[in-house]
Amino acid sequence: MIIRLKVNGEWRQADVWPGASLLHVLREHLGLVGSKNACEQGECGSCSVWLDGDLVCSCLVLAAQAHEREVQTVESLAEGPRLHPVQEAFLEAGAVQCGFCTPGLIVAVADLLEHDPAPSELTIREALAGNLCRCTGYAKIIDAVKLAAQKLGNP
Amino acid sequence: MRIHLPRTLDEALEIKATDPEAVPLAGGTDLMVLLNFDRLRPAAMLEVSRLPELRAWRRENGTFFLGAGVTYSRIVSSLTEFKPLVEASRSVGSPQIRNRATIGGNLGTASPAGDALPVLAAYDAEIVLIKAGGTTRTLPWHQFLVGPKRNALAPDELILGVRWTVTRGPGSFSKIGTRNAMVIAVAGLCLVMDEGQRQLRVALGSVGPTILRAPDAEAFASKALTGAGAWEDPRAVVPPRVLEEFGERVAAAARPIDDVRGTAAYRRHACNVLGRRALAWALEDRKLRG
Repeated sequence: MIIRLKVNGEWRQADVWPGASLLHVLREHLGLVGSKNACEQGECGSCSVWLDGDLVCSCLVLAAQAHEREVQTVESLAEGPRLHPVQEAFLEAGAVQCGFCTPGLIVAVADLLEHDPAPSELTIREALAGNLCRCTGYAKIIDAVKLAAQKLGNP
Repeated sequence: MRIHLPRTLDEALEIKATDPEAVPLAGGTDLMVLLNFDRLRPAAMLEVSRLPELRAWRRENGTFFLGAGVTYSRIVSSLTEFKPLVEASRSVGSPQIRNRATIGGNLGTASPAGDALPVLAAYDAEIVLIKAGGTTRTLPWHQFLVGPKRNALAPDELILGVRWTVTRGPGSFSKIGTRNAMVIAVAGLCLVMDEGQRQLRVALGSVGPTILRAPDAEAFASKALTGAGAWEDPRAVVPPRVLEEFGERVAAAARPIDDVRGTAAYRRHACNVLGRRALAWALEDRKLRG
């Protein structure tokens, strides 16, 4: 079936198997491989995107459900070579090791800071509960969130 | 696979009448997993996550109606007066999951581990079903949830929402799992203290083939609170033995099994602890409010 959706500000269209997930369409049809495919069951958060402004796991959205809707992926955050403050913070804090979970975390952190510009550590932990990282032990990710909050607060 | 993308409830119900095989899909947190892992290949799916009629809630003359399509995120942010429901909703998955998962999804999947279900059982909620032409059918929660992952929804119906009588008094939801988030409960419990009816209600999740109430424990505690004068006077002393025996009777209502998440014995013990704590919290809550 033909799916038409606005991705990162641009209307795109794809001819997809009706049972395909939004994640599959983003990666395999639209070439947006920033959102990662790992657990395919909403456990790991690596495929996090915004669907009409809500943070969601794109593996749990049927692509057809995104028909005529707006999707924003991790690719929307950097402006050309200029990284988003959350991305900068992850690099500076050493919150990236293998990097597989990073795009999903970047999206989840950007979403958190949009809703709560100065989150407490408990709030950060709760907000990131759906993003798994098997390398860092999370300490540097928490550091990166705090650093990103500073950067966004004093640009 | 046929995919239906109706814009209104009427359109969705017409589709359900002509294509009853169509599986309703909302947040996808259960169904998409089955699809992604090749465990389910429905002939047709019916997208219901955007139907405005399912995303509504309203007060109706002493009762509250909650649409099946309301997400757990919206419950947490907007329905703060229903504390046990908010506590259960906040314990669902992660922010990503709560932004999509709906109360209707818990009812549709009818898993005994659905976090919102013990709350609906403790609220004595009824489930409102609807079919083409707008005909509705209302079932008490225990006639709707009929077994593990089985409910009483007819092929031509959709779940419109749930309705319960608004009560006065404290209550809570708590669950046991290996993490504070992203966990399928090993045991879950909702306790509601209905000060108007002077009745205590307690429901259990993940410890039986479906959601269970603990009527013996409820009657025991309701009576013990009467004996202690606690319904009239929130400061009345309730003997610790009452809390202990309440926990034991709650545990006796469980019908748990051994599975990958826990043993039956552990689950029964968990029910005892959760029940005792929930009653203590409710009594404490009343003391604080005077």
